[in-house]
Amino acid sequence: MRKKFSIVGKPVVRRDGLEKVTGQAKFADDINVPGQLYGVMVRIPVSHAKILSVDYSAVENHPAVAAICHAGDIPGAKKVGPIKQDQPVFCYDKVVTPGDVIAMLVGESEEELLKLRDLVKVEYEPLPVLTDPLKALKSDAPLIHPDQKSNLIVHHRLRKGDVDAGFAESDYILEQTYTTPFIEHAYIEPEAVIAVPREGDKGVHITGSIQNPFTTRKIVAKVLGFPLAKVRIQQAELGGSFGGKDDIMNILSARAALAALKTGRPVKIRYRREDSILESYKRHAYHLHYKVGFNKDGKIKAMKIDVVADGGAYSSMTPFVTWRTVVQATGPYETENVWTDVRGVYTNNPYTGAMRGFGSPQPIFAQESIMDEIAIQLGMTPDEIRRINGFKPGSVTATGHKLENHDVNLLTVLETAVTKTGFSEKWKKNQRRGKMLPDYAALEEISANPGPFILHKDDFLEPDEVYRKGIGLAVSFRGCSLGAEGVDAVAAYLSLQQDGSAYLLSGLAENGQGMRTTYSIVAAEVLGISPDDVFYLDLDTGYVGDSGPTVASRATLMGGGATRAAAEILRSRLENVLRQHWNLPENACFVFRDRQVYAENNPERKIAFAELCDLAYNQAVNLAAIGWYAGPKVHWDETVGQGPAYFTYVYGCQVAEVTVNIATGEVYVDRVVAVHDPGTVINLLGAQGQVYGGVTQGAGYGLWEEISVDKGFIRELNFDQYLIPTSKDIGEIVPIFVEGEDQYGPWGAKSLGEPTLELTAAAIANAVRNATGKRFFHLPLNLEEILLSKKLHPTSKNRGSA
Amino acid sequence: MKKINIRFKVNGRQADLNIAPNKRLLDVLRDDLGLTGTKEGCDIGECGACTVVLNGRAVHSCLILAAQANGAEIITVEGLTQNGELHPLQKNFLEHGAVQCGFCIPGMLLSSYALLKENPHPREDDIKEAIAGNLCRCTGYKQIIQAVEAAANENNE
Ligand code: FES
Ligand code: FES
Repeated sequence: MRKKFSIVGKPVVRRDGLEKVTGQAKFADDINVPGQLYGVMVRIPVSHAKILSVDYSAVENHPAVAAICHAGDIPGAKKVGPIKQDQPVFCYDKVVTPGDVIAMLVGESEEELLKLRDLVKVEYEPLPVLTDPLKALKSDAPLIHPDQKSNLIVHHRLRKGDVDAGFAESDYILEQTYTTPFIEHAYIEPEAVIAVPREGDKGVHITGSIQNPFTTRKIVAKVLGFPLAKVRIQQAELGGSFGGKDDIMNILSARAALAALKTGRPVKIRYRREDSILESYKRHAYHLHYKVGFNKDGKIKAMKIDVVADGGAYSSMTPFVTWRTVVQATGPYETENVWTDVRGVYTNNPYTGAMRGFGSPQPIFAQESIMDEIAIQLGMTPDEIRRINGFKPGSVTATGHKLENHDVNLLTVLETAVTKTGFSEKWKKNQRRGKMLPDYAALEEISANPGPFILHKDDFLEPDEVYRKGIGLAVSFRGCSLGAEGVDAVAAYLSLQQDGSAYLLSGLAENGQGMRTTYSIVAAEVLGISPDDVFYLDLDTGYVGDSGPTVASRATLMGGGATRAAAEILRSRLENVLRQHWNLPENACFVFRDRQVYAENNPERKIAFAELCDLAYNQAVNLAAIGWYAGPKVHWDETVGQGPAYFTYVYGCQVAEVTVNIATGEVYVDRVVAVHDPGTVINLLGAQGQVYGGVTQGAGYGLWEEISVDKGFIRELNFDQYLIPTSKDIGEIVPIFVEGEDQYGPWGAKSLGEPTLELTAAAIANAVRNATGKRFFHLPLNLEEILLSKKLHPTSKNRGSA
Repeated sequence: MKKINIRFKVNGRQADLNIAPNKRLLDVLRDDLGLTGTKEGCDIGECGACTVVLNGRAVHSCLILAAQANGAEIITVEGLTQNGELHPLQKNFLEHGAVQCGFCIPGMLLSSYALLKENPHPREDDIKEAIAGNLCRCTGYKQIIQAVEAAANENNE
């Protein structure tokens, strides 16, 4: 191994594990404050309506109701949003999706309030419901937000070269359309928040299941009309987020804060699963049309891509999610001529925002499916076609970004995965075998027009023909961190104590991914101590600088960079102390290792780290430091979609092996080999955990998960209908790390969390194609998709137990 | 609603309670006894976050009325640590990286605990089966399964 570390890259036990295995960790709903009240939401069962009147008379004098909060109580911004401010904290003129909230009842007993909320009388006039983004774009479609010109949220364009000429020069052209569904984050902890009014003019203190405390602070301050410093946000232990506890938590925090200030008492909001799924945002459903021109030798000449993303009722992160799509939509393939349009559109569906992957899993499913189709058409294997077109050092992306100054490891991860799995042999073998699936579409036709129908011997499958093996792969490149989306800088506070122990706090949030441990390792590596010597502080917006959101797989790269910077500041102060103490010249170097410090050229001359801290402390040296890491400038020309969109990239390849039961349509994932280049692995246990978790979520996306809507209403409101993978659903997962060099982050460590998820569904879809001989265009590949090539949904909205 | 008296043992301690008869065991544990290690994730018996061990069996405390637990012996995550010593399952969950956000972990631990009590030498499939009712969105289950295997092996020594 080229990189030499004492702790980095080894398996390290999480720093916050002990409280989590003993049940002591305090998640938001575990926190109770004396005198607290509860908030319960008032909604109306409609997807799109004009509110005519709201009558609270039946509840306002009820003893169980301490206060009613609605839009009239808001001193500041009535509508909020990270990019466009289009989402009301409480709806007042109209309702645009069933999750919308008109008011909140506040009182001591949640149970009582839940009964009372139905007594609020809302008169409304239903409006036409738009659920299809393509229809919502028509010029005569009703406007969901009448203050906007159309239902278009955003339109990103990318223009490179001359696509028409590219198609004209191509030997072949392939055109296909793919779709992907809405997806629920399905963090196991539902949302909860508690707002406590503070004494005098100290404002409000909010603790909750909050992914991005600094974003929440901005929104709450705007709604309350407070300066930022009057709103303190503390993160409770977070029970999973995956991008999901952002907008929804900002709004819930604002509601809790309003109620706390109105009543002068602490107010808690905690959601049941049904509330959570109903109101929280989803991963975007996409409609993707690809046209690809290519030559006999496999070289891609031109790509024309048209993507429509269902933004649902509010814009949320749609402009940024779809921006990542426009940057990455071609996949990691050199293409001279590209024409891409990505549009985000308002509908009356649940709104969509950030979710792990952030605009990448959808195009990867389409682009990787098409690449396989091209290979098959040309008689090549999937790895061959990718070797021909895949990014190499110096390649230029669709946005005109030349890939250099880091290891462009696309072909390395591909080779590693292909070799490890014996890919080509298996793929070819499965491809040769393969009596086609029985054509159920034809059967349907027959059942629609019944007549004499006789099954022949050939219509039946021999028992051993029922199970089909398939293998498939998918590759990706992914821009790290925020790119041209916004300010990209992170703070870390590190404070050494007299005895050599340390406090550490970064402005990014621990969402369960293990970031506290990662940062403790980074600090410990620089200072030569153990991660166990580092005590991580609770994230509170009052104690550390605004570091932006914990998104875009930027925590290790950016926060790790900031932590390393802080640790290096302190290390250099300690080195100065030692130079004086030992009478060494200015250029004397030291080794910090195993809680000892010694002169580099004289290991005999050493001092315990704790002793050194004590020495520095007694010399009045400042042992606290703030590290700062700012991403380098990136730029973007919006008119043509050109520019170095991100300052660096990561590469991944996953191979899925599946067994398809072609009699039932069931797909079982036997094995996924996941090869990723995250630069440098900081914590091996944590990195492996990211792969296992990401692949499993990706398999859920590929095979089972779907939020389906009926006139804007979600059918799957709990885990009885929204199926996420269980322990029994997936076979082996093999994580492999290829560590490329990079100049950014701590020792070149960059992104991993999202890359692990974005590839799996695409790899599975290609494996299913290999097993069945049939291409599937619509996720998820559930039983009915495999058997009937369509989705079946119940016609009644009533749920099993409801 | 008329309140009723119930008694049961939680983590070896007797609890005497006067509660509404429609209270779920989950609420009594969390609200009346302050044992917030037991979590709520779905309220319909699907996620397993509320799993506790009741008379040796792993059950969903969101589906059980507290009154049904009258006279029972209950173990929650807070009861796994004995005399300040982590249970082998807890120790192995840590060492195998089985914990991410941690929200599902109490339930996972108790389902595994009940499994090992009944079957000290489980095969991988037994472990998968035992925790199939515990949803985890973070870990992909692999390191959890490894941890339970390792804890079982310690049992054997
Ligand atoms: S809360 Fe009991 S099973 Fe989900
Ligand atoms: S560790 Fe987060 S749900 Fe299991």
